[in-house]
Amino acid sequence: MSLTRHDVENIAQLARLALTEEQLPVYVDSLSKIFDFVAQLNAADTSTVEPMAHPLADQVQRMRPDEVLDSDQHAKYQRNAPRVEADLYLVPQVIE
Amino acid sequence: MTELHHLTLAQLNEGLRARRFSSVELARHFLGRIERLNPALNALITVTGEQALAQAQRADELLAAGEATSVLAGLPLIHKDIFCTDGVLTTCGSRMLSNFVAPYDATIVERLSQAGVVMLGKANMDEFAMGSSNETSWYGPVKNPWDLKKVPGGSSGGSAAAVAARLAPVATATDTGGSIRQPAALTGLTGFKPTYGRVSRYGMIAFASSLDQAGTLTYTAKDAAMVLRDMAGFDPRDSTSVDTPVPDYLAELDQPLTGLKIGLVKEFFEGGLEESTANLIREALRVYERMGAKLIEVSLPNLPLSVPTYYVVAPAECSSNLSRFDGVRFGYRCENPKNLEDMYKRSRGEGFGAEVKRRIMTGTYVLSAGYYDAYYLRAQKVRRLITDDFARAFQQVDVLMGPTSPTPAFDIGAKVDDPITMYLNDIYTIGANLAGLPAMSVPCGKVTMGDTSLPVGLQIIGPHFAEAKLLNVAHGYQNETLWHRDIPKGYE
Repeated sequence: MSLTRHDVENIAQLARLALTEEQLPVYVDSLSKIFDFVAQLNAADTSTVEPMAHPLADQVQRMRPDEVLDSDQHAKYQRNAPRVEADLYLVPQVIE
Repeated sequence: MTELHHLTLAQLNEGLRARRFSSVELARHFLGRIERLNPALNALITVTGEQALAQAQRADELLAAGEATSVLAGLPLIHKDIFCTDGVLTTCGSRMLSNFVAPYDATIVERLSQAGVVMLGKANMDEFAMGSSNETSWYGPVKNPWDLKKVPGGSSGGSAAAVAARLAPVATATDTGGSIRQPAALTGLTGFKPTYGRVSRYGMIAFASSLDQAGTLTYTAKDAAMVLRDMAGFDPRDSTSVDTPVPDYLAELDQPLTGLKIGLVKEFFEGGLEESTANLIREALRVYERMGAKLIEVSLPNLPLSVPTYYVVAPAECSSNLSRFDGVRFGYRCENPKNLEDMYKRSRGEGFGAEVKRRIMTGTYVLSAGYYDAYYLRAQKVRRLITDDFARAFQQVDVLMGPTSPTPAFDIGAKVDDPITMYLNDIYTIGANLAGLPAMSVPCGKVTMGDTSLPVGLQIIGPHFAEAKLLNVAHGYQNETLWHRDIPKGYE
Protein backbone atom coordinates (compact mmCIF):
# COMPACT_ATOMS: atom_id res chain seq x y z
CA MET A 1 0.00 0.00 0.00
CA SER A 2 1.31 3.40 -0.96
CA LEU A 3 0.49 6.47 1.10
CA THR A 4 0.47 9.86 -0.56
CA ARG A 5 1.98 13.04 0.78
CA HIS A 6 -1.57 14.20 1.45
CA ASP A 7 -2.31 11.04 3.54
CA VAL A 8 0.73 11.67 5.72
CA GLU A 9 -0.21 15.33 6.17
CA ASN A 10 -3.65 14.17 7.34
CA ILE A 11 -2.21 11.65 9.80
CA ALA A 12 0.21 14.26 11.16
CA GLN A 13 -2.69 16.67 11.62
CA LEU A 14 -4.73 14.04 13.51
CA ALA A 15 -1.69 13.37 15.73
CA ARG A 16 -0.97 17.11 16.15
CA LEU A 17 2.58 16.78 14.85
CA ALA A 18 4.28 19.53 12.84
CA LEU A 19 6.50 17.91 10.20
CA THR A 20 9.17 19.74 8.23
CA GLU A 21 9.43 19.71 4.41
CA GLU A 22 12.42 17.35 4.70
CA GLN A 23 10.62 14.95 7.06
CA LEU A 24 7.44 14.52 4.99
CA PRO A 25 8.83 12.40 2.10
CA VAL A 26 10.77 10.23 4.58
CA TYR A 27 7.52 9.40 6.38
CA VAL A 28 5.60 8.86 3.13
CA ASP A 29 8.18 6.19 2.29
CA SER A 30 8.65 4.54 5.70
CA LEU A 31 4.97 4.53 6.71
CA SER A 32 4.03 2.98 3.35
CA LYS A 33 6.56 0.22 3.97
CA ILE A 34 5.25 -0.36 7.49
CA PHE A 35 1.64 -0.71 6.29
CA ASP A 36 2.82 -3.12 3.57
CA PHE A 37 4.64 -5.09 6.22
CA VAL A 38 1.69 -5.33 8.62
CA ALA A 39 -0.57 -6.38 5.74
CA GLN A 40 0.79 -9.91 6.41
CA LEU A 41 -1.87 -10.05 9.13
CA ASN A 42 -4.48 -10.47 6.40
CA ALA A 43 -3.16 -14.00 5.83
CA ALA A 44 -4.36 -15.20 9.23
CA ASP A 45 -7.80 -16.74 9.55
CA THR A 46 -9.38 -14.72 12.36
CA SER A 47 -13.05 -15.33 11.48
CA THR A 48 -13.80 -17.12 14.77
CA VAL A 49 -11.28 -15.37 17.04
CA GLU A 50 -12.20 -12.95 19.81
CA PRO A 51 -9.91 -9.89 19.92
CA MET A 52 -7.48 -9.79 22.85
CA ALA A 53 -6.96 -6.47 24.58
CA HIS A 54 -5.09 -7.68 27.65
CA PRO A 55 -2.50 -10.42 28.15
CA LEU A 56 -4.00 -11.92 31.31
CA ALA A 57 -7.39 -13.60 31.10
CA ASP A 58 -10.14 -12.63 33.57
CA GLN A 59 -8.40 -9.44 34.68
CA VAL A 60 -10.86 -6.65 35.44
CA GLN A 61 -10.38 -2.98 36.23
CA ARG A 62 -10.42 -2.60 39.98
CA MET A 63 -12.46 0.07 41.70
CA ARG A 64 -11.30 1.83 44.82
CA PRO A 65 -13.19 3.76 47.48
CA ASP A 66 -13.62 7.42 46.55
CA GLU A 67 -11.29 8.78 49.24
CA VAL A 68 -8.74 11.57 49.10
CA LEU A 69 -5.31 9.97 49.47
CA ASP A 70 -2.90 12.63 48.24
CA SER A 71 -2.28 16.07 49.62
CA ASP A 72 -2.33 19.19 47.43
CA GLN A 73 1.02 19.38 45.65
CA HIS A 74 0.25 21.77 42.83
CA ALA A 75 3.24 24.01 43.60
CA LYS A 76 5.59 21.03 43.20
CA TYR A 77 3.89 19.89 40.00
CA GLN A 78 3.86 23.38 38.51
CA ARG A 79 7.64 23.65 38.82
CA ASN A 80 7.71 21.54 35.64
CA ALA A 81 5.29 23.79 33.75
CA PRO A 82 6.56 25.90 30.83
CA ARG A 83 4.53 28.95 31.98
CA VAL A 84 2.54 29.54 35.18
CA GLU A 85 0.93 32.64 36.61
CA ALA A 86 -1.17 32.89 39.79
CA ASP A 87 -1.11 29.06 40.08
CA LEU A 88 -2.61 28.75 36.57
CA TYR A 89 -1.04 27.13 33.53
CA LEU A 90 -0.65 29.72 30.77
CA VAL A 91 -1.33 28.87 27.13
CA PRO A 92 -1.77 31.07 24.03
CA GLN A 93 -5.08 32.91 23.92
CA VAL A 94 -7.94 30.58 22.88
CA ILE A 95 -10.99 32.86 22.83
CA GLU A 96 -10.73 36.18 20.97
CA MET B 1 41.69 -8.72 46.94
CA THR B 2 39.09 -9.21 44.21
CA GLU B 3 37.99 -5.95 42.63
CA LEU B 4 34.59 -4.82 43.94
CA HIS B 5 33.18 -4.61 40.42
CA HIS B 6 33.96 -8.28 39.80
CA LEU B 7 31.52 -9.35 42.51
CA THR B 8 27.90 -10.33 41.97
CA LEU B 9 25.13 -8.72 44.02
CA ALA B 10 24.99 -11.84 46.17
CA GLN B 11 28.75 -11.58 46.87
CA LEU B 12 28.51 -7.84 47.50
CA ASN B 13 25.75 -8.45 50.03
CA GLU B 14 27.94 -11.02 51.85
CA GLY B 15 30.87 -8.58 51.84
CA LEU B 16 28.76 -5.78 53.27
CA ARG B 17 27.35 -8.01 55.99
CA ALA B 18 30.85 -9.28 56.89
CA ARG B 19 32.10 -5.63 57.03
CA ARG B 20 34.77 -6.29 54.39
CA PHE B 21 33.75 -2.97 52.82
CA SER B 22 31.04 -0.37 53.43
CA SER B 23 28.19 0.84 51.25
CA VAL B 24 29.91 4.23 50.99
CA GLU B 25 33.10 2.53 49.71
CA LEU B 26 31.00 0.63 47.18
CA ALA B 27 29.26 3.79 45.99
CA ARG B 28 32.59 5.65 45.68
CA HIS B 29 34.12 2.76 43.76
CA PHE B 30 31.34 2.63 41.18
CA LEU B 31 30.98 6.43 40.94
CA GLY B 32 34.71 6.55 40.18
CA ARG B 33 34.29 3.99 37.40
CA ILE B 34 31.32 5.93 36.00
CA GLU B 35 33.36 9.13 35.93
CA ARG B 36 36.26 7.41 34.17
CA LEU B 37 34.48 5.04 31.79
CA ASN B 38 31.06 6.52 31.03
CA PRO B 39 32.18 9.34 28.70
CA ALA B 40 33.17 6.81 26.01
CA LEU B 41 30.02 4.71 26.51
CA ASN B 42 27.33 7.39 27.01
CA ALA B 43 25.42 4.89 29.15
CA LEU B 44 24.17 7.39 31.72
CA ILE B 45 22.13 10.55 31.28
CA THR B 46 22.33 11.66 34.92
CA VAL B 47 24.76 10.75 37.70
CA THR B 48 23.40 11.25 41.21
CA GLY B 49 26.67 11.15 43.17
CA GLU B 50 25.67 13.21 46.17
CA GLN B 51 22.35 11.47 46.75
CA ALA B 52 24.11 8.13 46.30
CA LEU B 53 26.64 8.86 49.02
CA ALA B 54 23.87 10.04 51.36
CA GLN B 55 21.83 6.87 50.69
CA ALA B 56 24.96 4.75 51.19
CA GLN B 57 25.68 6.49 54.50
CA ARG B 58 22.15 5.66 55.69
CA ALA B 59 22.51 2.07 54.52
CA ASP B 60 25.78 1.73 56.45
CA GLU B 61 24.05 2.97 59.59
CA LEU B 62 21.22 0.47 59.15
CA LEU B 63 23.69 -2.34 58.50
CA ALA B 64 25.74 -1.39 61.58
CA ALA B 65 22.60 -1.34 63.71
CA GLY B 66 21.53 -4.73 62.36
CA GLU B 67 18.32 -3.17 61.03
CA ALA B 68 18.84 -3.77 57.29
CA THR B 69 16.29 -6.46 56.49
CA SER B 70 16.64 -6.64 52.69
CA VAL B 71 19.55 -8.44 51.02
CA LEU B 72 19.75 -5.37 48.77
CA ALA B 73 20.59 -2.92 51.57
CA GLY B 74 23.60 -0.81 50.65
CA LEU B 75 23.96 -2.20 47.11
CA PRO B 76 24.41 0.23 44.21
CA LEU B 77 22.04 0.33 41.25
CA ILE B 78 21.30 2.38 38.12
CA HIS B 79 17.70 3.12 37.12
CA LYS B 80 16.62 3.29 33.50
CA ASP B 81 15.59 6.89 32.82
CA ILE B 82 12.02 5.75 32.15
CA PHE B 83 11.32 5.50 35.90
CA CYS B 84 10.24 8.64 37.72
CA THR B 85 12.66 9.58 40.49
CA ASP B 86 11.48 12.28 42.90
CA GLY B 87 13.55 15.46 42.51
CA VAL B 88 15.80 13.94 39.82
CA LEU B 89 15.75 14.64 36.07
CA THR B 90 13.65 11.94 34.31
CA THR B 91 13.99 12.29 30.53
CA CYS B 92 12.87 8.98 28.99
CA GLY B 93 15.64 9.68 26.45
CA SER B 94 13.57 12.46 24.90
CA ARG B 95 13.93 16.17 24.22
CA MET B 96 10.25 16.32 25.24
CA LEU B 97 11.23 15.54 28.85
CA SER B 98 14.74 17.00 28.80
CA ASN B 99 13.66 19.50 31.50
CA PHE B 100 11.36 17.21 33.51
CA VAL B 101 12.19 16.75 37.20
CA ALA B 102 9.86 14.00 38.38
CA PRO B 103 7.67 15.10 41.31
CA TYR B 104 7.34 11.55 42.70
CA ASP B 105 9.00 8.14 42.75
CA ALA B 106 7.87 5.21 40.62
CA THR B 107 6.68 2.33 42.82
CA ILE B 108 9.75 0.22 42.02
CA VAL B 109 12.06 3.16 42.79
CA GLU B 110 10.27 3.63 46.10
CA ARG B 111 10.39 -0.09 46.95
CA LEU B 112 14.06 -0.51 46.10
CA SER B 113 14.93 2.66 47.95
CA GLN B 114 13.07 1.38 51.02
CA ALA B 115 15.10 -1.82 50.73
CA GLY B 116 18.22 0.33 51.09
CA VAL B 117 19.40 0.32 47.49
CA VAL B 118 21.77 3.15 46.50
CA MET B 119 20.91 4.87 43.19
CA LEU B 120 24.05 5.91 41.27
CA GLY B 121 22.26 7.53 38.33
CA LYS B 122 19.83 7.25 35.43
CA ALA B 123 20.58 5.21 32.32
CA ASN B 124 20.36 6.33 28.70
CA MET B 125 17.72 4.59 26.55
CA ASP B 126 15.96 4.73 23.21
CA GLU B 127 13.54 7.66 23.18
CA PHE B 128 10.36 6.61 25.05
CA ALA B 129 11.76 3.04 24.85
CA MET B 130 11.11 2.93 21.08
CA GLY B 131 14.10 1.30 19.46
CA SER B 132 16.29 -1.80 19.42
CA SER B 133 19.72 -0.17 19.26
CA ASN B 134 19.70 2.82 21.62
CA GLU B 135 20.24 5.11 18.64
CA THR B 136 16.95 7.04 18.97
CA SER B 137 17.93 8.75 22.24
CA TRP B 138 17.96 12.57 22.27
CA TYR B 139 21.14 12.13 24.36
CA GLY B 140 22.96 10.27 21.61
CA PRO B 141 23.70 6.60 20.99
CA VAL B 142 25.08 4.29 23.69
CA LYS B 143 28.20 2.27 22.78
CA ASN B 144 28.58 -1.45 23.43
CA PRO B 145 31.51 -2.06 25.83
CA TRP B 146 32.39 -5.25 23.89
CA ASP B 147 33.09 -3.10 20.81
CA LEU B 148 32.50 0.64 20.83
CA LYS B 149 31.51 0.57 17.13
CA LYS B 150 28.54 -1.71 17.94
CA VAL B 151 25.13 -0.96 19.43
CA PRO B 152 24.33 -2.29 22.92
CA GLY B 153 20.77 -3.16 21.84
CA GLY B 154 17.70 -1.32 22.99
CA SER B 155 15.68 0.11 24.33
CA SER B 156 17.46 -0.53 27.67
CA GLY B 157 20.85 0.00 26.02
CA GLY B 158 22.23 2.37 28.65
CA SER B 159 21.27 0.00 31.48
CA ALA B 160 22.92 -2.90 29.63
CA ALA B 161 26.12 -1.06 28.67
CA ALA B 162 26.50 0.24 32.25
CA VAL B 163 26.20 -3.20 33.86
CA ALA B 164 28.34 -4.91 31.18
CA ALA B 165 31.07 -2.29 31.72
CA ARG B 166 30.84 -2.91 35.49
CA LEU B 167 29.66 0.63 36.24
CA ALA B 168 27.03 -0.94 38.53
CA PRO B 169 26.18 -4.53 39.48
CA VAL B 170 22.53 -4.12 38.49
CA ALA B 171 20.30 -1.81 36.48
CA THR B 172 16.55 -1.66 36.15
CA ALA B 173 15.10 -1.91 32.66
CA THR B 174 11.79 -2.28 30.84
CA ASP B 175 10.64 -4.69 28.14
CA THR B 176 7.78 -3.92 25.72
CA GLY B 177 8.98 -6.01 22.76
CA GLY B 178 12.36 -7.31 23.95
CA SER B 179 13.95 -4.18 25.45
CA ILE B 180 15.47 -6.07 28.40
CA ARG B 181 16.33 -9.38 26.75
CA GLN B 182 17.85 -8.14 23.47
CA PRO B 183 20.32 -5.71 25.13
CA ALA B 184 21.15 -8.44 27.68
CA ALA B 185 22.01 -10.78 24.80
CA LEU B 186 24.06 -8.16 22.95
CA THR B 187 26.11 -7.22 26.05
CA GLY B 188 26.51 -10.65 27.72
CA LEU B 189 24.15 -10.11 30.68
CA THR B 190 21.27 -11.87 32.38
CA GLY B 191 18.11 -9.95 31.46
CA PHE B 192 14.84 -10.75 33.19
CA LYS B 193 11.32 -9.72 32.14
CA PRO B 194 8.65 -10.89 34.60
CA THR B 195 5.04 -11.75 33.78
CA TYR B 196 2.90 -8.78 32.71
CA GLY B 197 1.41 -7.30 35.90
CA ARG B 198 3.98 -8.86 38.25
CA VAL B 199 5.90 -5.59 38.73
CA SER B 200 4.11 -2.25 39.13
CA ARG B 201 4.08 0.13 36.16
CA TYR B 202 3.22 3.13 38.35
CA GLY B 203 5.69 5.91 37.64
CA MET B 204 7.15 4.07 34.66
CA ILE B 205 6.59 6.33 31.66
CA ALA B 206 4.07 4.49 29.47
CA PHE B 207 4.83 3.29 25.93
CA ALA B 208 2.41 0.42 25.19
CA SER B 209 0.44 -0.26 28.33
CA SER B 210 -0.74 -3.80 27.54
CA LEU B 211 2.88 -4.89 26.85
CA ASP B 212 5.21 -2.83 29.12
CA GLN B 213 6.86 -4.64 32.01
CA ALA B 214 9.79 -3.72 34.28
CA GLY B 215 12.67 -6.05 35.07
CA THR B 216 16.41 -6.27 35.62
CA LEU B 217 19.82 -6.53 34.01
CA THR B 218 22.34 -8.38 36.21
CA TYR B 219 25.32 -10.75 35.90
CA THR B 220 23.48 -13.80 37.19
CA ALA B 221 20.02 -15.30 37.59
CA LYS B 222 20.60 -15.43 41.35
CA ASP B 223 21.10 -11.64 41.38
CA ALA B 224 17.92 -11.20 39.34
CA ALA B 225 16.06 -13.30 41.93
CA MET B 226 17.41 -11.08 44.74
CA VAL B 227 16.22 -7.88 43.10
CA LEU B 228 12.89 -9.20 41.83
CA ARG B 229 11.85 -10.21 45.33
CA ASP B 230 11.81 -6.54 46.35
CA MET B 231 10.53 -5.14 43.03
CA ALA B 232 7.58 -7.46 42.48
CA GLY B 233 4.19 -7.43 44.12
CA PHE B 234 0.74 -5.91 44.09
CA ASP B 235 0.44 -2.14 43.77
CA PRO B 236 -3.00 -0.53 44.14
CA ARG B 237 -1.72 2.46 42.12
CA ASP B 238 -1.31 0.32 38.96
CA SER B 239 -4.73 -0.86 37.79
CA THR B 240 -3.21 -3.83 35.93
CA SER B 241 -1.02 -4.94 38.83
CA VAL B 242 -1.76 -8.55 39.76
CA ASP B 243 -2.71 -9.35 43.33
CA THR B 244 -0.94 -12.68 43.89
CA PRO B 245 1.73 -13.37 46.53
CA VAL B 246 5.43 -13.00 45.60
CA PRO B 247 7.23 -16.30 46.21
CA ASP B 248 10.77 -16.44 47.60
CA TYR B 249 12.59 -16.64 44.27
CA LEU B 250 15.91 -17.43 46.00
CA ALA B 251 14.49 -20.49 47.77
CA GLU B 252 13.79 -22.36 44.53
CA LEU B 253 17.02 -21.54 42.67
CA ASP B 254 18.78 -24.84 43.40
CA GLN B 255 16.02 -27.27 42.40
CA PRO B 256 17.56 -30.03 40.24
CA LEU B 257 16.75 -29.83 36.51
CA THR B 258 16.43 -33.60 36.00
CA GLY B 259 13.33 -34.32 33.96
CA LEU B 260 12.86 -30.67 32.95
CA LYS B 261 10.92 -30.58 29.67
CA ILE B 262 12.38 -27.96 27.33
CA GLY B 263 10.41 -26.99 24.24
CA LEU B 264 12.53 -26.12 21.22
CA VAL B 265 10.49 -23.67 19.24
CA LYS B 266 10.78 -24.67 15.58
CA GLU B 267 10.01 -21.12 14.41
CA PHE B 268 12.85 -19.72 16.57
CA PHE B 269 15.39 -21.41 14.33
CA GLU B 270 14.02 -19.71 11.25
CA GLY B 271 13.84 -16.05 10.24
CA GLY B 272 17.34 -14.78 9.60
CA LEU B 273 19.03 -16.65 12.45
CA GLU B 274 22.80 -16.54 11.92
CA GLU B 275 24.47 -19.97 11.88
CA SER B 276 27.11 -19.02 14.46
CA THR B 277 24.39 -17.89 16.89
CA ALA B 278 22.34 -21.04 16.18
CA ASN B 279 25.36 -23.22 16.99
CA LEU B 280 25.85 -21.58 20.38
CA ILE B 281 22.17 -22.08 21.21
CA ARG B 282 22.41 -25.79 20.28
CA GLU B 283 25.48 -26.10 22.49
CA ALA B 284 23.60 -24.53 25.43
CA LEU B 285 20.78 -27.04 24.89
CA ARG B 286 23.33 -29.88 25.12
CA VAL B 287 24.40 -28.51 28.53
CA TYR B 288 20.77 -28.83 29.64
CA GLU B 289 20.60 -32.37 28.28
CA ARG B 290 23.67 -33.28 30.33
CA MET B 291 21.85 -31.91 33.41
CA GLY B 292 19.02 -34.36 32.73
CA ALA B 293 16.59 -32.16 30.82
CA LYS B 294 14.55 -33.49 27.89
CA LEU B 295 14.33 -31.59 24.61
CA ILE B 296 10.98 -31.66 22.81
CA GLU B 297 10.34 -29.89 19.51
CA VAL B 298 7.26 -27.66 19.56
CA SER B 299 5.71 -25.34 17.01
CA LEU B 300 4.16 -21.90 17.47
CA PRO B 301 2.64 -21.62 13.98
CA ASN B 302 1.42 -18.03 14.36
CA LEU B 303 4.69 -16.72 15.80
CA PRO B 304 5.94 -15.38 12.43
CA LEU B 305 3.04 -12.89 12.64
CA SER B 306 4.22 -11.52 15.99
CA VAL B 307 6.27 -8.63 14.55
CA PRO B 308 3.46 -7.26 12.32
CA THR B 309 0.99 -7.75 15.21
CA TYR B 310 3.27 -5.83 17.53
CA TYR B 311 3.75 -2.99 15.03
CA VAL B 312 0.00 -2.40 15.05
CA VAL B 313 -0.76 -2.90 18.77
CA ALA B 314 2.29 -1.08 20.23
CA PRO B 315 2.06 2.06 18.04
CA ALA B 316 -1.70 2.24 18.66
CA GLU B 317 -1.17 2.25 22.42
CA CYS B 318 1.82 4.60 22.05
CA SER B 319 -0.15 7.17 20.04
CA SER B 320 -2.76 7.23 22.77
CA ASN B 321 -0.26 7.32 25.69
CA LEU B 322 1.88 10.03 24.13
CA SER B 323 -1.08 12.30 23.44
CA ARG B 324 -0.52 13.66 26.98
CA PHE B 325 2.59 15.50 25.81
CA ASP B 326 1.13 18.78 24.62
CA GLY B 327 3.47 21.47 25.98
CA VAL B 328 0.91 22.70 28.53
CA ARG B 329 1.68 21.38 32.01
CA PHE B 330 5.16 19.86 31.71
CA GLY B 331 7.77 18.97 29.13
CA TYR B 332 8.99 20.81 26.06
CA ARG B 333 7.13 23.83 24.68
CA CYS B 334 8.05 25.43 21.35
CA GLU B 335 9.20 29.05 21.13
CA ASN B 336 6.60 31.78 20.37
CA PRO B 337 3.50 29.70 19.57
CA LYS B 338 1.08 31.56 17.28
CA ASN B 339 -1.98 29.91 18.86
CA LEU B 340 -2.94 26.79 20.82
CA GLU B 341 -2.95 24.48 17.79
CA ASP B 342 0.46 25.75 16.70
CA MET B 343 1.76 25.17 20.23
CA TYR B 344 0.55 21.54 20.28
CA LYS B 345 1.90 20.75 16.83
CA ARG B 346 5.30 22.38 17.08
CA SER B 347 5.92 21.32 20.70
CA ARG B 348 5.25 17.71 19.66
CA GLY B 349 6.98 17.99 16.27
CA GLU B 350 10.14 19.46 17.83
CA GLY B 351 9.99 17.59 21.16
CA PHE B 352 9.67 14.07 19.71
CA GLY B 353 12.39 12.42 17.63
CA ALA B 354 11.97 10.77 14.23
CA GLU B 355 11.16 7.22 15.41
CA VAL B 356 8.70 8.34 18.07
CA LYS B 357 6.87 10.47 15.50
CA ARG B 358 6.82 7.48 13.13
CA ARG B 359 5.20 5.28 15.76
CA ILE B 360 2.69 7.92 16.83
CA MET B 361 1.63 8.30 13.19
CA THR B 362 1.46 4.53 12.65
CA GLY B 363 -0.77 4.26 15.71
CA THR B 364 -2.91 7.23 14.79
CA TYR B 365 -3.57 5.72 11.37
CA VAL B 366 -4.46 2.20 12.57
CA LEU B 367 -6.90 3.65 15.11
CA SER B 368 -8.47 6.16 12.73
CA ALA B 369 -12.02 5.90 11.41
CA GLY B 370 -12.32 3.34 8.63
CA TYR B 371 -9.07 1.53 9.45
CA TYR B 372 -9.68 0.34 13.00
CA ASP B 373 -11.18 -3.04 12.01
CA ALA B 374 -8.67 -3.70 9.26
CA TYR B 375 -5.62 -3.09 11.43
CA TYR B 376 -6.15 -2.79 15.15
CA LEU B 377 -8.99 -5.26 15.63
CA ARG B 378 -7.33 -7.78 13.33
CA ALA B 379 -4.01 -7.44 15.20
CA GLN B 380 -5.77 -8.05 18.50
CA LYS B 381 -7.27 -11.24 17.05
CA VAL B 382 -3.89 -12.45 15.79
CA ARG B 383 -2.50 -11.60 19.23
CA ARG B 384 -4.90 -14.15 20.67
CA LEU B 385 -3.84 -16.77 18.10
CA ILE B 386 -0.19 -16.27 19.12
CA THR B 387 -1.08 -16.42 22.83
CA ASP B 388 -3.05 -19.64 22.27
CA ASP B 389 0.00 -21.16 20.52
CA PHE B 390 2.07 -20.53 23.65
CA ALA B 391 -0.63 -21.97 25.92
CA ARG B 392 -0.74 -25.18 23.82
CA ALA B 393 3.07 -25.47 23.97
CA PHE B 394 3.06 -25.15 27.76
CA GLN B 395 0.71 -28.14 28.00
CA GLN B 396 3.64 -30.25 26.73
CA VAL B 397 6.72 -28.55 28.19
CA ASP B 398 7.91 -26.58 31.26
CA VAL B 399 9.86 -23.85 29.45
CA LEU B 400 10.60 -22.80 25.88
CA MET B 401 14.09 -22.07 24.61
CA GLY B 402 15.70 -20.47 21.60
CA PRO B 403 17.87 -17.52 20.63
CA THR B 404 17.14 -14.05 22.02
CA SER B 405 18.31 -12.19 18.93
CA PRO B 406 19.04 -13.40 15.38
CA THR B 407 22.54 -11.88 15.38
CA PRO B 408 25.11 -10.54 17.85
CA ALA B 409 25.48 -6.74 18.21
CA PHE B 410 25.44 -4.88 14.86
CA ASP B 411 27.26 -1.69 13.83
CA ILE B 412 26.02 1.68 15.01
CA GLY B 413 24.22 3.23 12.02
CA ALA B 414 23.73 -0.07 10.16
CA LYS B 415 19.91 -0.28 10.47
CA VAL B 416 18.90 3.17 11.56
CA ASP B 417 17.46 4.22 8.17
CA ASP B 418 15.45 1.05 7.66
CA PRO B 419 12.69 0.66 10.26
CA ILE B 420 11.49 -2.77 9.07
CA THR B 421 14.97 -4.32 9.32
CA MET B 422 15.32 -2.76 12.78
CA TYR B 423 11.89 -4.06 13.84
CA LEU B 424 12.78 -7.61 12.73
CA ASN B 425 15.53 -7.66 15.36
CA ASP B 426 12.83 -8.39 17.90
CA ILE B 427 11.40 -11.36 16.01
CA TYR B 428 12.14 -13.85 18.84
CA THR B 429 11.30 -11.61 21.79
CA ILE B 430 7.98 -9.98 20.88
CA GLY B 431 5.88 -13.15 21.30
CA ALA B 432 6.41 -13.21 25.08
CA ASN B 433 5.20 -9.60 25.36
CA LEU B 434 2.08 -10.21 23.28
CA ALA B 435 1.21 -13.18 25.50
CA GLY B 436 2.34 -11.46 28.74
CA LEU B 437 4.78 -14.28 29.57
CA PRO B 438 7.88 -14.10 31.78
CA ALA B 439 11.06 -14.46 29.73
CA MET B 440 14.79 -13.98 30.10
CA SER B 441 18.08 -14.00 28.27
CA VAL B 442 21.26 -15.59 29.63
CA PRO B 443 24.72 -15.35 28.05
CA CYS B 444 25.61 -18.63 26.30
CA GLY B 445 28.79 -17.97 24.33
CA LYS B 446 30.56 -15.57 22.06
CA VAL B 447 30.95 -15.20 18.32
CA THR B 448 34.39 -14.08 17.18
CA MET B 449 34.57 -11.71 14.24
CA GLY B 450 38.02 -10.36 13.39
CA ASP B 451 39.61 -9.15 16.59
CA THR B 452 36.39 -8.77 18.57
CA SER B 453 34.16 -11.36 20.12
CA LEU B 454 30.54 -10.56 20.82
CA PRO B 455 28.15 -12.22 23.28
CA VAL B 456 25.10 -14.29 22.34
CA GLY B 457 22.02 -14.85 24.51
CA LEU B 458 19.86 -17.91 25.12
CA GLN B 459 16.21 -17.03 25.59
CA ILE B 460 14.07 -18.90 28.13
CA ILE B 461 10.29 -18.34 28.22
CA GLY B 462 7.88 -19.71 30.82
CA PRO B 463 4.15 -19.80 31.51
CA HIS B 464 2.49 -16.92 33.39
CA PHE B 465 3.94 -16.40 36.89
CA ALA B 466 6.66 -19.06 36.40
CA GLU B 467 9.38 -16.58 37.45
CA ALA B 468 10.80 -18.96 40.06
CA LYS B 469 11.05 -21.78 37.51
CA LEU B 470 12.79 -19.57 34.94
CA LEU B 471 15.32 -18.32 37.49
CA ASN B 472 15.91 -21.90 38.64
CA VAL B 473 16.47 -23.05 35.04
CA ALA B 474 18.89 -20.19 34.33
CA HIS B 475 20.74 -20.60 37.63
CA GLY B 476 21.30 -24.30 36.89
CA TYR B 477 22.90 -23.38 33.57
CA GLN B 478 25.09 -20.72 35.19
CA ASN B 479 26.37 -23.32 37.69
CA GLU B 480 27.65 -25.33 34.70
CA THR B 481 29.01 -22.48 32.54
CA LEU B 482 31.16 -19.37 32.92
CA TRP B 483 29.80 -17.11 30.17
CA HIS B 484 28.11 -14.81 32.70
CA ARG B 485 31.53 -14.05 34.23
CA ASP B 486 33.13 -12.67 31.05
CA ILE B 487 34.08 -9.00 31.27
CA PRO B 488 34.76 -6.91 28.17
CA LYS B 489 38.39 -5.88 27.57
CA GLY B 490 39.28 -2.56 29.13
CA TYR B 491 36.61 -2.91 31.84
CA GLU B 492 38.29 -5.60 34.00
